[in-house]
This record gives sequence, structure tokens and C-alpha cells, in this order.
Amino acid sequence: METRNLTCINCPMGCQLTVVTDGGEVVSVTGNTCPRGEIYARKEVTHPTRIVTSTVSVSGGVIPVVSVKTASDIPKESIQAVMDAVSGVCVNAPVSIGDVLLENIAGTGAALVATKNVAAKQL
Amino acid sequence: MNKAGLSYYDIVIIGGGPAGLAAAISAKESGADSILVLERDRELGGILNQCIHNGFGLHTFKEELTGPEYAARFISRFHELGIDCRLNTMVLDLKAEAPSGDEGSSNGCIKTITYSSRSEGLVQITAGAVILAMGCRERPRGALNTPGYRPAGIYTAGTAQRLVNIEGCMPGRRVVILGSGDIGLIMARRMTLEGAKVLAVAEVMPYSGGLKRNIVQCLDDYGIPLLLSHTVTEIKGKERVEAVVISEVDENRRPVPGTEKEYECDTLLLSVGLLPENELSRGAGVGISPVTSGPVVSESLETSVPGVFACGNVLHVHDLVDYVSEEAAAAGKRAAEYIKGGASAGSDTPCVPVKTGNGVRYTVPSYIHPDKAGERITLRFRVGDVYRDCAICVYLNDSRIARKKARILAPGEMQEVILSGDELRSFPDLTEIKVCIEAN
Ligand SMILES: Cc1cc2nc3c(=O)[nH]c(=O)nc-3n(C[C@H](O)[C@H](O)[C@H](O)COP(=O)(O)OP(=O)(O)OC[C@H]3O[C@@H](n4cnc5c(N)ncnc54)[C@H](O)[C@@H]3O)c2cc1C
Ligand code: SF4
Repeated sequence: METRNLTCINCPMGCQLTVVTDGGEVVSVTGNTCPRGEIYARKEVTHPTRIVTSTVSVSGGVIPVVSVKTASDIPKESIQAVMDAVSGVCVNAPVSIGDVLLENIAGTGAALVATKNVAAKQL
Repeated sequence: MNKAGLSYYDIVIIGGGPAGLAAAISAKESGADSILVLERDRELGGILNQCIHNGFGLHTFKEELTGPEYAARFISRFHELGIDCRLNTMVLDLKAEAPSGDEGSSNGCIKTITYSSRSEGLVQITAGAVILAMGCRERPRGALNTPGYRPAGIYTAGTAQRLVNIEGCMPGRRVVILGSGDIGLIMARRMTLEGAKVLAVAEVMPYSGGLKRNIVQCLDDYGIPLLLSHTVTEIKGKERVEAVVISEVDENRRPVPGTEKEYECDTLLLSVGLLPENELSRGAGVGISPVTSGPVVSESLETSVPGVFACGNVLHVHDLVDYVSEEAAAAGKRAAEYIKGGASAGSDTPCVPVKTGNGVRYTVPSYIHPDKAGERITLRFRVGDVYRDCAICVYLNDSRIARKKARILAPGEMQEVILSGDELRSFPDLTEIKVCIEAN
């Protein structure tokens, strides 16, 4: 039996979780305030994932960049590959929340979506 | 228009961040009709526009949003309701009195607001009620007294956040962060992802001022060291930062000689705390708490000036925007009630102070009129130290009415207890409410 202490990062409550594993199998999760905590703990000890947020360049917009996120969480070890792909993206204004800017980013299966509305600059 | 020819609104809200938006929406939904929001930025949403990370709104929307997405939900509701706002409009002055020349006004509780905007110039308007929602600003470097020159390359973490996330430019490549507030932690990750090397986060206190999740997600994930009980003792470089010296501190927060370590870097970010922005409130005669630097308020979130309400970070610094929205909605509702009831809304029944006992630094509200407490009142507070396996206790006079166990309480995380209005009203001779931390 192995015990790991984790901090749940699914929401800012940051519950302190205790995960007991046995030969890679999760035996118990305690300390969570809601079910998301248990899901997170199981995942974090087997295959950790993260949502990546960043910005990409916008041309012709009222501001030079638009904020973006991966529409779903991606494997933690793919963060750098995702960032490399993000840095190559440039979009034209206007951009709306939820617009898909890139499908299947860095082979993770997740789409890159805009998280902010950026209007086109009035000429 | 009133006699002096100035426009009049029932409720004027200063600041269009999450607090101002939620207050406006709730005031409108509570029946107030003439509402105006004044915002100095070119868009609504406040600080959320630069907080592009996710983790907002889980409690409100049961899903995890980024800052701009959370703001957008409130902004579209705001526009649906047809509420007025003026952007690029900076409020310069607030007075809890009618403008000169209008003293004869029948309503004795008119407030005068002076703002300036590029399109309108300098303008005065009047209001029946005002909601303060100006948010907070970062403590600047001046408050730090680190010796040395003032080279380029020193930014507050929030300024760096705005530069990277809105202006799209990187302030530097090798970074040291002083202070472990949330903005600093978030920026440690953000700059790392953008290719910068974040060498260390130094925190003078023996615990972090930021949320635990941010330490895990922003530092641990990227192997960035968090140096607790450490501070920057020297900044090297004349034109541009070339290096900073970090030293350990003793229990009195004094640097320990011989522990100096030099970090070669081009940028120093400061994340040493936030201060509610209350110049306008002070000018209007609003009483300010020395602990929170925000207004002292009643259960109605009404300040010491009748008809002036406060919510969000201008009242006390929040870590979760969900609670900002909740608090602001309460302020909006109370302001709408105030307008409906006119000046008579002032309570004549005795008010009961909320005292802070062991471990509790402050509470919001700091006094309660039981007859105006409604069904329930949320008391928000912060502890002054880290407490493990303890209990949050509430006393009415000398009797304990609530005891909530907590595994851990930290100064970086706001706490709340909910009081029942009926319990307060039915308690005989209530003279004091007290919140304190007890051992479990
Ligand atoms: C970096 C950072 C990270 C955060 N991370 C999270 C998180 O992960 N999850 C979470 O839930 N919460 C988070 N928060 C907390 C949350 O975002 C804030 O508590 C919330 O935005 C505060 O809202 P507010 O409306 O009180 O203030 P603000 O958002 O600051 O809005 C105040 C508004 O008032 C305007 N204003 C000020 N003075 C004047 C004036 N004189 N005239 C006209 N307008 C004026 C300002 O321009 C601004 O738009 C974070 C906060 C910060 C700073
Ligand atoms: S367990 Fe639930 S409440 Fe606790 S941090 Fe995780 S998501 Fe938030």
C-alpha cells in the first residue's frame, strides 16, 4: 500500500486529498469535498492532465492578442508541445468566445478555442 | 434632471468589473430602473480580462471558465437587461451631498459624482444611491523599501500580466518573483510557458499568500522553487535589472546575514499584496477599516454613509470571483431596496457589532441590524495565521451557536459562516456577535 497526498486543483478550494494505491490500483480517496476531487485524484496518480491557457496573435483586432484554452484537458507531458503549436497560430479579427482556432492541437485530440471576444479595429 | 440641471440616476455604480456587473444586474432584477455603471477601462469585465487562466466560476456555473469567459456571461446578461454604462470614464470625485446650487432639493440624500471622459469632458451627475465597485490595485514597489537603484525590469505581477495577456509582449526572459500572491504564482507559470526562465519565488512569510492550487499548478508542475521565509535584499543593475540577491529571514522577518544568494536575472516581478482602491470612498467620508483598507459595512453592505454601498475587492480582497459576484448581487439588491424605501430605509433598531475573536483578522460585515438581516447573512473573514484541525466558532453574547470543523485555514483563503436571521432576531438582548478560531 502506498499513500500520496495531493492538492485538488479542479477548483480554487484546493482540497487536500489522500490517495491510497496498491500496485498501481487506487484503493481509496479521501479529503475531497465533491466528486470532482475523487476523479482528479484517480487521474493524477495514473495519467495527469491539464487545461492549457495562453494567447495567440490577432491581426486587425482592437487588441493584439486573444486569450485561448484547450477545450478539454491534455496530458501533462504534452504541455510544451501544445505551447509550441499555440505560438504558431495567428487569427484574423473578429474573434468570438468558443471559436475553434485549431483542431487536434499537437495530436492531443483537444481543440484550441478562443476565450475572449476581440472586435475588428475600425479603420 | 434635477434643479441644477444635472442628470440623475437612482443607482450609480463605480467600476464595471465582476462586482459592478453583478451589482447592476441584481439591482435591475430587484426592480431598480435607472442604473448607470461608470468604467474607466475601454471594456467591462475588470481584472478578469487579463486573467486568462481557468478556474473561475465553478461555484456559480458548475463549470470551469477562464476570466474573460466568466466576465462575458455577466456582460451579456447586463446588456440583455439594457443597463446603461459609460466606458473610458474615470470617476474623480464622490460627495455624499447634492451639488452646490441644489441644496434645496427635496431629497436629502443625493450624492454627486464627478467623472471625466474623452467624449464628454468633465461631467457631474447625481444619484440616489452609489455602489462602490472599484476593485483593488497592487502594492507598488515603494512599499517595499529594497535598497539600490530603480533600474528597468521591475514590474508588479499584474502589470506583467496585462503586458503579456492583453498587449502581447514579454517583459523579460530570466525572472525572479518576490511575493507568493496569486498573481505572482499565475505569472510564474505564464512566463515559463512563454519561454522565460523563472528562477524562484521568494516569500517573506513562512507560508504562501496564494491559493494552494496555484502553488501546485503554477510552481510544482514546472519545478519552480518557492522559497518561504526569504526576501529580496538587493537589486543589482543601473539601467536594467542584472541580478537580485535573496536572503533568508528570521522569525521577525529580518534578513539573516550570510544567507545571501545572487540570482542573475533581467526581470523582478512584485506580488506583494493588493490594496482596495478607496480614494473616492475616503473623499465621500466613508469610514475605512484599518485592517482591510476597505469600507466598514453593515449587513446591507452599506458603508457609514447612508446610501453608499460597497462590494468586491474594493470592500476586501477576494480570492474567488464567485464570492465577489455573490456579495455584489447582495449589494445591488440592498441598493434597490434603499431607493424604494427612500431615506426611511435607515434602521432605528440597535445594531450589533461583529467582534473578531482568536485568529480572525476581520469580518465583513462588521455590524448587523438583526431586523434587516433577512433570512440569512453571510459573514466573510480571513484568519491571521495557518490553523490546522481547528473549528470556526460563532458566539451570540456568551453562547456558542455554531462550530464548524476545518482541516486547515490559511490567511490566503477567505472563509465564511452563515448566520440565520431568525436566530439573531430571537436571541434575547443580543449585544455582540463574535467569530473566533478554537482548537478542535
Ligand atoms: C491575477 C488574479 C488572479 C485571480 N485568479 C482567480 C481565480 O483563479 N479564480 C477566481 O475565482 N478568482 C480569481 N481572482 C479574483 C477575482 O478575479 C477578483 O476578486 C475579482 O475580479 C474582483 O472583482 P472587482 O469587480 O471587485 O474588481 P476589478 O475586477 O478590479 O474591477 C474593478 C473595476 O473598477 C474600475 N475602476 C476603478 N476605479 C475606477 C474609477 N475611479 N472610475 C471608473 N472605474 C474605476 C476598474 O477599471 C475595474 O474595471 C484573481 C484575481 C487576480 C487579480
Ligand atoms: S474536491 Fe471538489 S471542492 Fe475540493 S478542490 Fe476539488 S473540485 Fe474543488
